[in-house]
Amino acid sequence: MAPILDIQNLYKNYGSVEILKDINVAIEQGDFLVLVGPSGCGKSTLLNCIAGLEPITSGALSIGGRDMTNVSPKDRDIAMVFQSYALYPTMTVAKNITFGMKVRGVDAATQQEKLQQVARQLQIEPLLNRRPGQLSGGQRQRVAMGRALVRDPKLFLFDEPLSNLDAKLRVEMRTEIKELHQRLGASMVYVTHDQIEAMTLATKIVVMKGGVIQQIGSPSEIYNRPANLFVADFMGNPAMNLIPARARQGGAGTEIEIARKGSAPIVLTDAQHRNLPEEVILGVRPEDIAEPGQRPGGSAQEADCLVDIVEPAGADTYVVMQMGGKQVTARLHAETRARPGQVQRLAFDLGKVSYFAPETGQRLN
Amino acid sequence: MTDLATPTLRRSPSGSRASGRLGRIALRWLLYTLLVLFALYYLLPLFVMVTTSLKSLEEIRTGNLVALPREVTLAAWQTAWSSACTGIQCDGMRPYFWNSVLIAVPAVLISTLLGALNGYVVAQWRFRGANMIFALMLFGCFIPFQVVLLPMARLLGIMGLAGTIPGLVFVHVIYGLGFTTLFFRNYYVTIPSELAKAAKVDGAGFFRIFWSIFLPLSLPIIVVTVIWQFTQIWNDFLFGVSFSQAGTQPITVALNNIVNSTTGVKEYNVDMAAAIIAALPTLLVYIVAGKYFIRGLTAGSVKG
Repeated sequence: MAPILDIQNLYKNYGSVEILKDINVAIEQGDFLVLVGPSGCGKSTLLNCIAGLEPITSGALSIGGRDMTNVSPKDRDIAMVFQSYALYPTMTVAKNITFGMKVRGVDAATQQEKLQQVARQLQIEPLLNRRPGQLSGGQRQRVAMGRALVRDPKLFLFDEPLSNLDAKLRVEMRTEIKELHQRLGASMVYVTHDQIEAMTLATKIVVMKGGVIQQIGSPSEIYNRPANLFVADFMGNPAMNLIPARARQGGAGTEIEIARKGSAPIVLTDAQHRNLPEEVILGVRPEDIAEPGQRPGGSAQEADCLVDIVEPAGADTYVVMQMGGKQVTARLHAETRARPGQVQRLAFDLGKVSYFAPETGQRLN
Repeated sequence: MTDLATPTLRRSPSGSRASGRLGRIALRWLLYTLLVLFALYYLLPLFVMVTTSLKSLEEIRTGNLVALPREVTLAAWQTAWSSACTGIQCDGMRPYFWNSVLIAVPAVLISTLLGALNGYVVAQWRFRGANMIFALMLFGCFIPFQVVLLPMARLLGIMGLAGTIPGLVFVHVIYGLGFTTLFFRNYYVTIPSELAKAAKVDGAGFFRIFWSIFLPLSLPIIVVTVIWQFTQIWNDFLFGVSFSQAGTQPITVALNNIVNSTTGVKEYNVDMAAAIIAALPTLLVYIVAGKYFIRGLTAGSVKG
């Protein structure tokens, strides 16, 4: 079966400024694609290009197997939810939801039937006669979703739909969107700058920076095997520790030496013989540094570390140390006995680390 | 704090509080007095006009300018409306009043509608050179009336509209377009572009989006534009006197003719009544729609 969305060699320029460079993405029916990246990385522009709201400079774009490169938004069989919800302020909720059908000339009985169906689904039946101005943020969000759902499109597009909600509501709506996706089996493209949203919702993540795709992959691929330093740093909270280190071949494997100020360097041995240059950047997730015996891993290497800061966060306690001239965070058990200023023995899980080249930032293993 | 310090401390704030309240009341009264004085000053001309128009010529000659009429008579109003002489014709203001209505109403409606469309295009359908075109239209607001008189007369002649009411409507529409576009453009740039995008995805086209989404949002700015345009067009004298002929002159020209072309005794009461008749429609528009005027001018400045 043809991919539901297929973007090939897409370029987008504003005048002489290249906003998007050589974008290639394809998703299958039922995929949940999340475009994630910092502000100004071009993710919203890419979404607008998919919607047809922005013309593309070169490349090809097809939706549901049909070439849509030069097709107007209304004929692309898409529905879109906007960051500001973009509800029509002078129309009631019911009119907002049925406006698209009215424009397309759907008969009144079908309009009502679909309206009731969507209203029931989203539990907004009591709101149908209100104006958007009389709704709370969460309710507006639901209405905006309703307007998209009623269209029953091939592809749903979401442009940072949760960023105007407060933290608690955001988590609730996130779960609801995920549930909706599973129930409908619909294909969705979702733009966010929130990497947690990206991880929780996506079946496929595109990480972007400066108009260039940095990595495409499943959430676990992106998280466990980041393609470069940018992805490693951007995805995950707290961020992955990126520690400058030296590598050399030893008897038992590759020895990784991390310099420390005022004490002997830490030497960790990676049991796998890896082909690494001398200068590397070692990437370790905070949860891959633990107290010995807490998280069993065959490839754990222990070392004594001087603890600088202890930050209890409820379920976990974060411990910050200095290594290789960088702050390194470890995610320890909540009842850890680590104290600031004291030495703590920690186990580094070398089976899960990443190595990056310092000059290019590219992944080495 | 020590015990010694507390009594003095307690007294001084209450003392200053009392004097502070007195000061505030005095200031409030001073403010009101000043405002009332200003209001009286501004209302005085209107008062003189109204009272004079209700007096007989005899009373005007013998009495005081600011005195109330001893005997109220509407004779001057009747004369002004239906039999005062503008040059050789003596039909009063009535035919010219209708001329002005026939000029102002279509010109206001057309220029407002076109301004709304222009503003919508410039603000929401960004195209190459949109800013340039808007700047040029803005520039049109600052061209003095006198500059366009001759070219406009030539153009009206070519179009066969010289001296006609449609010709005057045309002139006022063209001249008002800069202002109405400016009003609507500034109003529509405050509307998030996502609204138009959502409607595009919903399948609506250029006019559908304008008609169903933007126009219903525009009531405050429509009121502002209508008041502005109506006042401008109704009160216009220069275009009216330049591009009209006998029979198509607007009320401002007629008023001038009544006041300036009488011979013999000056009928001040008729002049005053005629002036009030000429000013009444704009006054009415302000009273009816003034509330929306202020609201429309400040709309967008505060996030609703």
